[in-house]
Amino acid sequence: MDAVFLARLQFGLTAGFHFLFPPTTLGLSLLLVIIEGLYARTKNEVYRRLSVYLVRILGTVFVMGVATGIALEFAFGNNWAAYSRTVGDVFGAPLAAEVVFSFFLESVFLGILVFGRNRVSPKTYRLSAFLVFFGAHLSGLWIIIANSWMQTPAGFRMEGGRAILDNFWQAAFNPSTVVRFVHTILGGWTTGALVAMAVAAWLLLKGRSAAAAAALMKTSLAVFAAAAILQLGSGHAHSMQVTKTQPAKMAAFEAQWETMDGAPFTLFGIPDEKNERTLLAVRIPKMLSMLVYLDPGGRVLGLNEFPKDERPPVFLPFVGYHLMILFGLLFILMGAAGVWLQARKKLATSRRYLKLLLFAVPLPYLANETGWIAAEVGRQPWAVYQVLRTSEAVSAVVPAGNVLFSIILFGVLYALIGAAGLAVILRTIRGGPDGEAAAGGQGGA
Amino acid sequence: MESWDFLRNIWFLLIGLLLAGYSILDGFDLGVGALLPFLAKNEDEKRSLIGAVGPVWDGNEVWLLAGGGALFAAFPMAYATVFSGFYLAMMLVLFALILRAVSLEFRAHDPARKGLWEAAFVGGSALPALLFGVALGNIVVGVPLDTRTEFTGNLFTLLRPLPLVFGLLGLCAFLLHGSAYAALKSEGALRLRARRTALTLAAAFGGAFFLSLVMVRIYLPAALKSVPAWAFSALVWLSLALVAAAVKKGRDGRALFFSSAAFLGLWGIVGAIQYPILVRATDPALSLTIANASSSALTLKVMLIIAGAGMPLVIGYTIFAFRVFKGKADVSGPGY
Repeated sequence: MDAVFLARLQFGLTAGFHFLFPPTTLGLSLLLVIIEGLYARTKNEVYRRLSVYLVRILGTVFVMGVATGIALEFAFGNNWAAYSRTVGDVFGAPLAAEVVFSFFLESVFLGILVFGRNRVSPKTYRLSAFLVFFGAHLSGLWIIIANSWMQTPAGFRMEGGRAILDNFWQAAFNPSTVVRFVHTILGGWTTGALVAMAVAAWLLLKGRSAAAAAALMKTSLAVFAAAAILQLGSGHAHSMQVTKTQPAKMAAFEAQWETMDGAPFTLFGIPDEKNERTLLAVRIPKMLSMLVYLDPGGRVLGLNEFPKDERPPVFLPFVGYHLMILFGLLFILMGAAGVWLQARKKLATSRRYLKLLLFAVPLPYLANETGWIAAEVGRQPWAVYQVLRTSEAVSAVVPAGNVLFSIILFGVLYALIGAAGLAVILRTIRGGPDGEAAAGGQGGA
Repeated sequence: MESWDFLRNIWFLLIGLLLAGYSILDGFDLGVGALLPFLAKNEDEKRSLIGAVGPVWDGNEVWLLAGGGALFAAFPMAYATVFSGFYLAMMLVLFALILRAVSLEFRAHDPARKGLWEAAFVGGSALPALLFGVALGNIVVGVPLDTRTEFTGNLFTLLRPLPLVFGLLGLCAFLLHGSAYAALKSEGALRLRARRTALTLAAAFGGAFFLSLVMVRIYLPAALKSVPAWAFSALVWLSLALVAAAVKKGRDGRALFFSSAAFLGLWGIVGAIQYPILVRATDPALSLTIANASSSALTLKVMLIIAGAGMPLVIGYTIFAFRVFKGKADVSGPGY
């Protein structure tokens, strides 16, 4: 196995595993802020208990995110030394800014949320919840800035083989930053909200803590349904941007082999890269042009427009992109069904819907991961689009065997902490929002 | 050009300060973690020590990420060379830090495997406390670099006498710092044990520091000509003496203050020996310096604005959080 492939696998494994947690944090921290706000306004004890409950879950999720994020801060130097030397002048600053502006904020105030409830005033506690929410989202912004610069680099010049910063704001708010940020944040809200809905559904199915469960369901359903609908718009805007700025990636998403006026949208198909065709394709005529240009006759560039050595792989981006869209549409249906049941006051008793929510928990995670895989594999063969090839970005001095060793090391480690983390979160959830049953939750050390 | 030089110097200093801040803040919780089985004799004592670091360790560890991120942004060439060159050693440190990060949460909430997570906390604290010094010792004494500033050694290149002694010194410094913090945050028998341990560790620190000076004399004799380095080593000796005196008098807060000052002294020595070198190469012509490893003037300026806007806030709310958790640690109450 070659070193480039192993380095990509290593980064994919560590970043992909990490990416389970921050989206959950985004959604849960939003819910926490809403619930703390409702508590401040209504003084209803139910909201205080829900806040305690959410903080316990959030605490574990956050720690998992921290633990799995450590490796990523150093990964560019470890496995991607040539990348770091070539683009560090532009790329390093957003990573450092994330730490300075967001990571400190989240970590310090999460400490107060988890340990300080009896030590600060309710007002300070509420502010701490807001700062964790704010820090998590700001953190997302800096990471999306860094990632977007790899996709649509701007604000720099090449000098002696190195990318040199010309304009910080152009680099930070490059053509894909804003739309990707909104898209990712909404994905996080969907994720956290669906987790909370599933927790509420489980409590309702078990007939436990009915008032708290109903309140949690109502709040998280509102966030979920709104985020799912908004995601349709943000996903659409994101596709239009990709078509404009990374046409080869859009061609891979859609397995569009030939340039076409009025290109169809492929609902289903199996891309056959060798023969440049899509097997068993089910297509909606002119739909793709309609979606990405709002013009049924719009010209979509095909992969054949690009030199062979500048084409991304097709299979993974195609499958990832289509699965993500499928999940996104499912979320809209689920949100609509929930709102409909809620309006008829049947939500707490619709056992079928509640059970569906339990089984749906993996879906937002799959949506986040498939979307991310589509975006990053679709960027290939570039580490930085049309600036630096992935094959030229790896560390020259790290032998493939060492990378393989680290993959095994992290694979075992992440399997261990993933399993233990899930067990801890499930245990906390089983403890319920009424507190005392959660033996592990309160001073259970 | 002149302002570019100025910015490079500022960033040399700031990265030093970030790393010093890291060792002073995360240093005490690494030390407490590594000392846990030696200081705490029963579950209550363990909980009291864990409770003392629980609310703050995460914020403390962020200083390491800040140092790493600032190194990437300000001196990408040094970041790339060191982190790819020290690959396996860094994987071990990351492995330890990741296990440590989850260990307290899991120890509290996964009772079936409590022993495993406690071991992860202890080992995950001790290993980085030892290896940070080894890594620093290597970039101080010099590593083999080729003309493209790529590291040409392997894992065993890193295990030479001076780096190993620096590792020992770092470990002693973290443990001393941890025992001082443990004394400050505990009561009764545990506090007495922490103070006794602190006295032993202050002596061990002194021994390791003397040995380090001998190593520098052997392997890096030119460093002995640095007057600032001598001034900083005087600060280290003075701080050590004051730590011991404060511990004896039961002034725990003062002991922690002077063990922090000892860290500042150590970083001062490293800075004085290294400047303007970031990574010393065996062939001096190939060393990575603040001139040939830095980012552009614009990036350094942007970074300075980011640090200038962000770090005062960080320091402000970190002080706020430490005041929230002031006093002896909770044994009961929310959390672990």
